[in-house]
Amino acid sequence: MGYGSVIKVPFGPQHPALKEPEHFTFEVEGDVVVNVKPRIGYNHRGIEKAFERRTYIQNIYLAERICGICSDAHTTCYTQAIENLLGVEAPPRAKYIRVIIAELERIHSHSLWVGIAAHEIGFDTLFMYVWRDREVVMNLFEMISGNRVNYATNTIGGVRRDIPSEMFPKIKKGLDVLEKRLKYYLDVAQTEQTILKRTSGVGILKPKDAVELCAVGPTLRASGIKNDVRADDPYAAYDEIPFNVVTHDGCDVLSRIIVRCKEMFESINIIRYALDHIPSGMIRVRVPMAVPEGETVSRVEAPRGELIHYAKSNGTMQPERYKVRSPTLGNIPALCKMLLGGRVADIPIVLAGIDPCFACMDRMAFVDLKTNKKWVWTMDELKEHVRRNNL
Amino acid sequence: MSLLKKWARVRSPWLLHFNTGGCNGCDIELVAALTPRFDVERFGILLEGSPRHADILAVTGPVTLQVKDRLVRIYEQMPEPKYVIAIGSCACSGAPFKDCYNVLGGVDKILPVDAYVPGCPPKPEAIIDGIVKLIKKIKEGK
Repeated sequence: MGYGSVIKVPFGPQHPALKEPEHFTFEVEGDVVVNVKPRIGYNHRGIEKAFERRTYIQNIYLAERICGICSDAHTTCYTQAIENLLGVEAPPRAKYIRVIIAELERIHSHSLWVGIAAHEIGFDTLFMYVWRDREVVMNLFEMISGNRVNYATNTIGGVRRDIPSEMFPKIKKGLDVLEKRLKYYLDVAQTEQTILKRTSGVGILKPKDAVELCAVGPTLRASGIKNDVRADDPYAAYDEIPFNVVTHDGCDVLSRIIVRCKEMFESINIIRYALDHIPSGMIRVRVPMAVPEGETVSRVEAPRGELIHYAKSNGTMQPERYKVRSPTLGNIPALCKMLLGGRVADIPIVLAGIDPCFACMDRMAFVDLKTNKKWVWTMDELKEHVRRNNL
Repeated sequence: MSLLKKWARVRSPWLLHFNTGGCNGCDIELVAALTPRFDVERFGILLEGSPRHADILAVTGPVTLQVKDRLVRIYEQMPEPKYVIAIGSCACSGAPFKDCYNVLGGVDKILPVDAYVPGCPPKPEAIIDGIVKLIKKIKEGK
């Protein structure tokens, strides 16, 4: 068998390990990955162009549909950007509601991820357990907003829906159930041999590389770097709420699991604090349809990391230019680094380790990034290659 | 023999999930339908990774130009008889991305669709209902 020669392994766009269409080409030598070439853009829909053809109000709903998992992070970022341009500020109660929804979303997103990570290492029991308990959050979402996934809570100048005080005990009860289960999962992640053997020391990202390659979110924090937009550049009501930025210095997939589990505890505490300290008053201010000329940048800590929106307006009812930089795109160079030198069997879990969200990522400016037909191989081409080289 | 095949197909349809450019919302609801609370496995429905073993192609998201060829290829790799179910408003019609320059529209522009599940995203109950209706259609002999 041609040991020593480099074989290319195509991965995706349809692959059981990926829920979304994305393609990677791995060059492997024996069982070791020596090169990774991502080919992104299958999910590119042209949302940024669509932003320019819709009014600011319509765009809230479009921003929500950039990504179904972090839909609230995108609308928060969008509405903050437009509020900046308008020079208005959301009322304090609206800010607290934004925090509550954002943290519930973080719990839902992280628990979803823990399940997927367990699935990738073949630990389906944990996957099923986590997803069963995730339904608690989904129930809360359905109670608060009427929908399980796209909550349509934010609007320019505040939020659309108040959380009545009758719901508070129900939310707290749900959080208690979750906290109990999360303690169990954190314990499982730190002691269960199945998880330790598959994740500890896998997909190493050194702190220096993490900073140089601009990793974001839990991926960066799992390399021991303390960085969180909620703490560094507080938005909504985060400047009034005490919380810790969770870091772990293991630099491997295991520490990414631990960081996300511990972040869910922080989220639970944030929601409890917010429910106890929520001010009364208005939930939105009325804003004009047309937005004055100007440009702005808005940052939000999405469940996957730092999310940046840029808006440029020309004084009409539609934006002139809109740009989204999602956290997954920031993590792709770091991902390529993590995969190098790893084993083929570890690819799915390392890939899942950054919590990739390609729906977020495939933006206009990057469609043709690294597109080189030579290495986008089909299965038949690979077989032909194997046959030709008698591997 | 054909009766036996049909019986097996109706009792245990295997599902292949493919996201053609959607936002993930429908995907997580589809996965939620497979996990303990809704648990479609009790009806014999199983999520399958390879197109060559699948009976039903579950498509989520609007079809982007990039993914079009892949979608057709995956459909061609599936053995006959095969069925397509469009999950979510985007897969049904293109929904908010209908007029985007990189989006073709709904799945029915490319493939014959047997069942539509509208919603943004549809709840797991709705997805199960869609699959059960499709199974009924298969039973009646399409």
